[in-house]
Amino acid sequence: MSTVNETAEPASKVELNQSGDGAGAVESFDIILKVRRYVPETSEESYWDEWKLTMYGTDRVLDALHKVKWEHDGSLTFRRSCAHGICGSDAMRINGRNRLACKTLLKDLDLSKPITVEAIKGLPVEKDLIVDMEPFFQSYREIMPFLVTSGHEPTRERYQSQKDREIYDDTTKCILCAACTSSCPVFWTDGQYFGPAAIVNAHRFIFDSRDEAGDMRLEILNDKEGVWRCRTTFNCSEACPRGIQVTKAIAEVKQAILARSF
Amino acid sequence: MTSATAQAPAKNGRGTLYRGYGGMWSWVGHRITGVVIFFYLLVHVLDTSLVRVSPEAYDAVIGSYKNPLFALGEAGLVAAVLFHALNGLRIILVDFWKGGTKHQKTLLWVVLGLWVVLTLGFCVRHFMLAFGGM
Repeated sequence: MSTVNETAEPASKVELNQSGDGAGAVESFDIILKVRRYVPETSEESYWDEWKLTMYGTDRVLDALHKVKWEHDGSLTFRRSCAHGICGSDAMRINGRNRLACKTLLKDLDLSKPITVEAIKGLPVEKDLIVDMEPFFQSYREIMPFLVTSGHEPTRERYQSQKDREIYDDTTKCILCAACTSSCPVFWTDGQYFGPAAIVNAHRFIFDSRDEAGDMRLEILNDKEGVWRCRTTFNCSEACPRGIQVTKAIAEVKQAILARSF
Repeated sequence: MTSATAQAPAKNGRGTLYRGYGGMWSWVGHRITGVVIFFYLLVHVLDTSLVRVSPEAYDAVIGSYKNPLFALGEAGLVAAVLFHALNGLRIILVDFWKGGTKHQKTLLWVVLGLWVVLTLGFCVRHFMLAFGGM
């Protein structure tokens, strides 16, 4: 898989001492973690909770959340599964931008100020950092994210040239974390919009030479709530933890719809 | 180690603004200037249509615009129109030019550069006429 589009890692805000005192010593620092909490059992209103923690240079935001949950307040609620940037469970708004908590190193953030962590926007919050992902997956299902073919099933694999595979390589990387869709200003105010993630996954099959339902997907996305809602703010491309050029993929789908209808 | 966990008042529980990047803020600017231009056009259509009512009324209304406050407003209007026009061209390029999405940040800087130059150029001439030798 090509990683040409992966954005370069930002420079660390905290200089880690390379020559620590002894082998394996990792520099530690104090952070203030502010989490926007919502506990429907006790209150209708959200509130900010904060903790002062001593963390290490190798720690990520997810480690800070774990430390709180395991050592300070067991009621703090968030999703995570693999904790290594593959499962896409822990997308959240960190310092005002969508990131994966498991891919965001604390040392890369500005630690002179509290680190703010909130649930992703545009989806109903169920508790603390957990949102109801159903509207997101509903849009995903609607674009038919599976291979559609006709005729007899071949006895061998379906061949595809490397050149044809290259066309949609970028959009195969999606992990459905919803960081893109919930960073989209259009999606915040119009929950009916398919959202970047659904379009990315449609793109993955529309431009797959083996698939035969491309026209159907283009028809689905050629809708008032389809690709034409995209206002190219590039929030999705910036938010994607996999470095997918989301806005580019959406633009390609827009052009495919136009090319087809003339 | 844990600090106040007590429930703060609702006001303090408000979420933060999504920080976004240039693309999002140019979109915000595009919307705001769009609404500004709409209201200008509304007034403009109304005052121009006065000429059908009576040329004297039209002259009186247009004459009332000749004051420093409106001169400032006109500068703001031109700045809004220029931003909306230039950013609109950028959006067209992003949608239809193959390299548009890749170079969107460069395009945004070009838009901002042109916008500053053109707005300043207009303001110099405009304020010389509005406040200068007249």
